[in-house]
Amino acid sequence: MTSTPPTVRRGTPARFTESGLGWLLLLPSVVVFALFVFWPLGRTLYLSVHGNDLFGAPSVFVGAEHYREMLSAGFGKVLATTGLFTLFSVVPAVLGALFVVLLLEARIRGVRVLRTAFALPFAFSVATASVVFAVIYNPAIGVANGVLGSLGIDRVNWLTDPSIALPAVCAATVWMNFGYNVLVLSAGVAAISPEVVEAARLDGASGWRLASRITVPLLSPQLFFLVVVSTIHALQSFGQIHILTKGGPDQATTTLVYSIYEKAFAFGSSDFGSASAQAVVLLVVMLGCTAVQFGVLERRVHYR
Amino acid sequence: MKKFSLGRVAVYVVLGLAAIPVLFPIYYGFVGAVMGPGDLATYPPALVPHELYWQNISDVFRSVPLGRFYVNSAVQAGVITLAQIVTSILAAYAFAFLRLPAKAVTFGLFLATLMVPWEAIIIPNYLAVSGWGLARGGLTYLGLVLPFLASAFGTFLLRQAFLQFPTELRDAAVIDGCGHWRLLWRVIVPLSKPSIAAVGVYVFLSAWNQYFWPLILIRDSEYQTLQIGISQLNDAEVAQPGLVLAGVALSLLPTLAVVLFGQRYIVRGLTAGALR
Repeated sequence: MTSTPPTVRRGTPARFTESGLGWLLLLPSVVVFALFVFWPLGRTLYLSVHGNDLFGAPSVFVGAEHYREMLSAGFGKVLATTGLFTLFSVVPAVLGALFVVLLLEARIRGVRVLRTAFALPFAFSVATASVVFAVIYNPAIGVANGVLGSLGIDRVNWLTDPSIALPAVCAATVWMNFGYNVLVLSAGVAAISPEVVEAARLDGASGWRLASRITVPLLSPQLFFLVVVSTIHALQSFGQIHILTKGGPDQATTTLVYSIYEKAFAFGSSDFGSASAQAVVLLVVMLGCTAVQFGVLERRVHYR
Repeated sequence: MKKFSLGRVAVYVVLGLAAIPVLFPIYYGFVGAVMGPGDLATYPPALVPHELYWQNISDVFRSVPLGRFYVNSAVQAGVITLAQIVTSILAAYAFAFLRLPAKAVTFGLFLATLMVPWEAIIIPNYLAVSGWGLARGGLTYLGLVLPFLASAFGTFLLRQAFLQFPTELRDAAVIDGCGHWRLLWRVIVPLSKPSIAAVGVYVFLSAWNQYFWPLILIRDSEYQTLQIGISQLNDAEVAQPGLVLAGVALSLLPTLAVVLFGQRYIVRGLTAGALR
């Protein structure tokens, strides 16, 4: 009767056992995740197999109908656009940042200032950066055409020409991610042990050889992390497309996330059923990326 | 060690060339904010202002309620940041120091939330939150923050930090009659300030910069956040880029300050992320 469980400590309110206290501390997070992550996850699956009325309320069970809709050419184009957008916003931003970080390794004056300068885009939100680019891309009075004009090149309709709009949005995205990539890779370089670099230098390695044989291989964890994180980030991109092109012209910049937005929310559309089916596709693609991340990381750890 | 060489000059030249596209949008965002129509609304546009046109700054407040947007974003990002710091500290303590049944499974579920893209679950969240009436009037604030009051990233990062403490510390504190609650707030939290600051900087930046959720949720323009406000300013004032850039420059000040002064915390968070 008087035997207290050994886990009850003096000083904690006596009514809590250790595990009771633990669950109490976890409770706020658990409630938030249950209500706003796990329940909506199930709900997305539910909505994706139900029709909906004009106001978006789910109606009858329609099975795989929304998924069958996706076999249309329209959704194929959305997936292709998503792939191109991801490829051309991730690869240049990672390679460009690697190039700059390697050059910053050359022992020159002013490296700290330069490094901070290259990291500055990190301070911009997607919305502010996109608005700056919208001004730069303005066909009539924007700087982009101004520069072309002074070189004697004709004006380009950066955001309204179907073949230019996607590269233009990718370029803006590369700029947005550049600062973050520089920060990550600089931190990676700083973590390389100076002895290794010094030993290589004493052996006569410098410049390109030092970079390709020592620095880049030692940066491979950060490079891999950046590719995965940037890919996940690119797949979720929304603000720049909403601000710069609204998915146009002629769907040229409608990525998966933008397509979800259009079906569910744009122009008073409330097609939550099809939008949810596309959301499930997004979820599967993202889980695939995460699986790749863990798969490769696992191998790397084993390799060591 | 340092000597003048052709290679060194080449490095400067290449870095300088690379810096142009990186720095130009930043330069233009701020300098354009004080350029008059004479510089901006002509072709070709000027790259350097002929005169400083400060009127943009006062005009932008006349075009949109920028001050109100600022307050809204400060409330939204402030509440999210404070809440995530508190909920992450509590959860991290439980994961790091307490014996719990099913702890590994629960921790796995926390980490699983990191793999669920917000965009894939935004529809049910929107239906729920707007269905609860949290998309109108003052309740909009609640709707803006409610889904973001906990963070698996914060929990994970702080748990890592807490695990650095020797287990003897916990045992000693408990034997001394210092309970878990006091141990947490008097010992662990003060000693973990750098990690908590790293979480705070990250959470604040991502909350302040949110776009999709405020865009679809907010119906009363009075409760618009800064990011959406700036994008609406861009739509409304296409013909007046100076005005738009003034809005951009003003809205950038808080994040610029956080990035410049919180840089070491950002790098700390980055490396934690890289280990994830």
